[in-house]
Amino acid sequence: MAEVTQAKERIGVRAPAPPLTVQPSPGYLALTWRRLRRDRVSMAALYLFVAICLLTLAAPLIATYVLQTDPNAQNLRNNFAPPGPGHWLGTDELGRDNLTRVLYAGQVSLRIGFMVALVSLLLGVPIGLVAGYYGGRVDDAINAVIQVLQNIPGLFLLIILSVTFRPDPTGLAVIIGLIGWMGTARLVRGQTLSLARRDYVDAARVLGASDARILFRHILPNLVSVVSVMAGFEIATGILLESGLSYLGLGVQPPTASWGNMLQNSLDYVTRAPWLVAAPGTMIFLTVLSIFLLADGLRDAFDPRMKV
Amino acid sequence: MLRFVIRRLIQSVFILLGVSMLSFALMHAAPGGLTTLYANPRIPAATIERLEEQFGLRDPIPVQYLKWLSNVLQLNFGYSLIDQRPVVDKIAERLPATIQLSLASILLGLLGIPLGVYAAMHRGSWIDNTVRVFTVIGNAVPHWWLGLMILVLSANTIRIFPLGGMYTPGNDTLLDRLWHLLLPATIGAMGGWITYSRYIRSEVLEVLGQDFVRTARAKGLSERLVMGRHVLRNALIPVVTIMGGTLAALVSGSVLFESTFSWPGIGRMAVAAAFQRDYPVLMALNMLGATLVILGNLLADIAYGWVDPRVRYD
Repeated sequence: MAEVTQAKERIGVRAPAPPLTVQPSPGYLALTWRRLRRDRVSMAALYLFVAICLLTLAAPLIATYVLQTDPNAQNLRNNFAPPGPGHWLGTDELGRDNLTRVLYAGQVSLRIGFMVALVSLLLGVPIGLVAGYYGGRVDDAINAVIQVLQNIPGLFLLIILSVTFRPDPTGLAVIIGLIGWMGTARLVRGQTLSLARRDYVDAARVLGASDARILFRHILPNLVSVVSVMAGFEIATGILLESGLSYLGLGVQPPTASWGNMLQNSLDYVTRAPWLVAAPGTMIFLTVLSIFLLADGLRDAFDPRMKV
Repeated sequence: MLRFVIRRLIQSVFILLGVSMLSFALMHAAPGGLTTLYANPRIPAATIERLEEQFGLRDPIPVQYLKWLSNVLQLNFGYSLIDQRPVVDKIAERLPATIQLSLASILLGLLGIPLGVYAAMHRGSWIDNTVRVFTVIGNAVPHWWLGLMILVLSANTIRIFPLGGMYTPGNDTLLDRLWHLLLPATIGAMGGWITYSRYIRSEVLEVLGQDFVRTARAKGLSERLVMGRHVLRNALIPVVTIMGGTLAALVSGSVLFESTFSWPGIGRMAVAAAFQRDYPVLMALNMLGATLVILGNLLADIAYGWVDPRVRYD
């Protein structure tokens, strides 16, 4: 017996291996997250974006405990103070602390960005789904509306809408979303068009699934990647449009501060207080940059061939 | 081809009709304008009635729209609510400045094409990487803010650029005008640089990987011939389609750029009209902007079929 074992070992036959433990394969989202984590640029963008969000959310705490000031505390004896130890980003024409105001304004600008994305996804996704799934006349009608809306220069329409309705920040976000859902709708429509022809959709239909069930159970989950990348771009576009409109004086109205209307206000003091121009613009830039890079990385992590 | 052009033309007319209905409806929902007269008790009812009669405000809205439309078709956009001058005259006064700035921006923007070609040919070189970083940053930074920062710099240090306007009063020379045009046109061209360079780069890279390029190289053509005859010819075709899009971006951008650089064009006029609630002017500018965008897209579509014989419509 021992000889046999020895012989077996000599020719490389060993005791039977323990049974393979089958690990559950990681899910789609887990895989995406894994790929995203390996990309250094995306992760840096993610940290930057989270940092900006946390800083603006914590604005009241930072103002009270770190800077020991208030966004509306005026000090006319100390107006136009350049950046320095007391006021890291200087003060404005009323002696208000620029950093505190930039952080508070960030709450408004970011909230508008997120809401714009929410509104345009809530409109664009269902409209695109319906257009792509049903096709025919429905598709033609939706396309006609999209054509009309896409051919009006966006900023002109925004200007008209904002003088017509004089919106508050929430209303402004809704308006920007209302004129910005077409891109999402077209994208979702295209994806739906190709997904609706897949075999599993036919199979579901044969099994008696309703249209609604097919749309929500079989097509919508496949759009998660495209829609989440699109959401990133929508947030960034929302922030850019809000800042442009407020910069013209037609968006968020003072006393509510947003990055855009801080820039509008800074126009009168370009020589006396250049830091009032620099700070809000830099925040817009960093925020939009981090979102773009993150959305790009997310797209690559989901599927490098994705066209968004 | 002719059939396609005619069909696209008809389609464009319908889109324009849609735009006009939408903006007319919006204007009608807008507060201010003549309707504010109702709120003023000092104006006698008879005057209000007379004004309403005069401006046709008593008609049903669809009738008002058709009346307005028939006027517009005769290029009569009504009168400004602020100074009672014909809207067409007011716009015609401002249009040359906008055309000058836009044309300069479009032409400067075309520099993005060689940039993209170069980046693709030298993939991975420092120039390619610089172009890519520039594209990412340029996409995220609001261009008008960048212009504003450069203005702030020139205001506080050396006068590299004038602080706005089209010319120095009292020194209206060609050189002075060019000096004033340089910064706004460069900022306006940034959109073109970013779009073109990124688009052309990926387009050239794609064509470089095609079989016919390998064949051309294999049969011993010089690199210049391969690039000129085979790669660029194919890679540059889709450019015409994105030119329409850059025009649309420029129409919207003109509002921000003209406000930043105190450029006396129609973009700044639109902002002023918005503040004054001068609805006839706003309407006319909106229609003008939409017409430009639609025309740009139409021309791009036609040009695409013209430069690429493989494209067959219908």
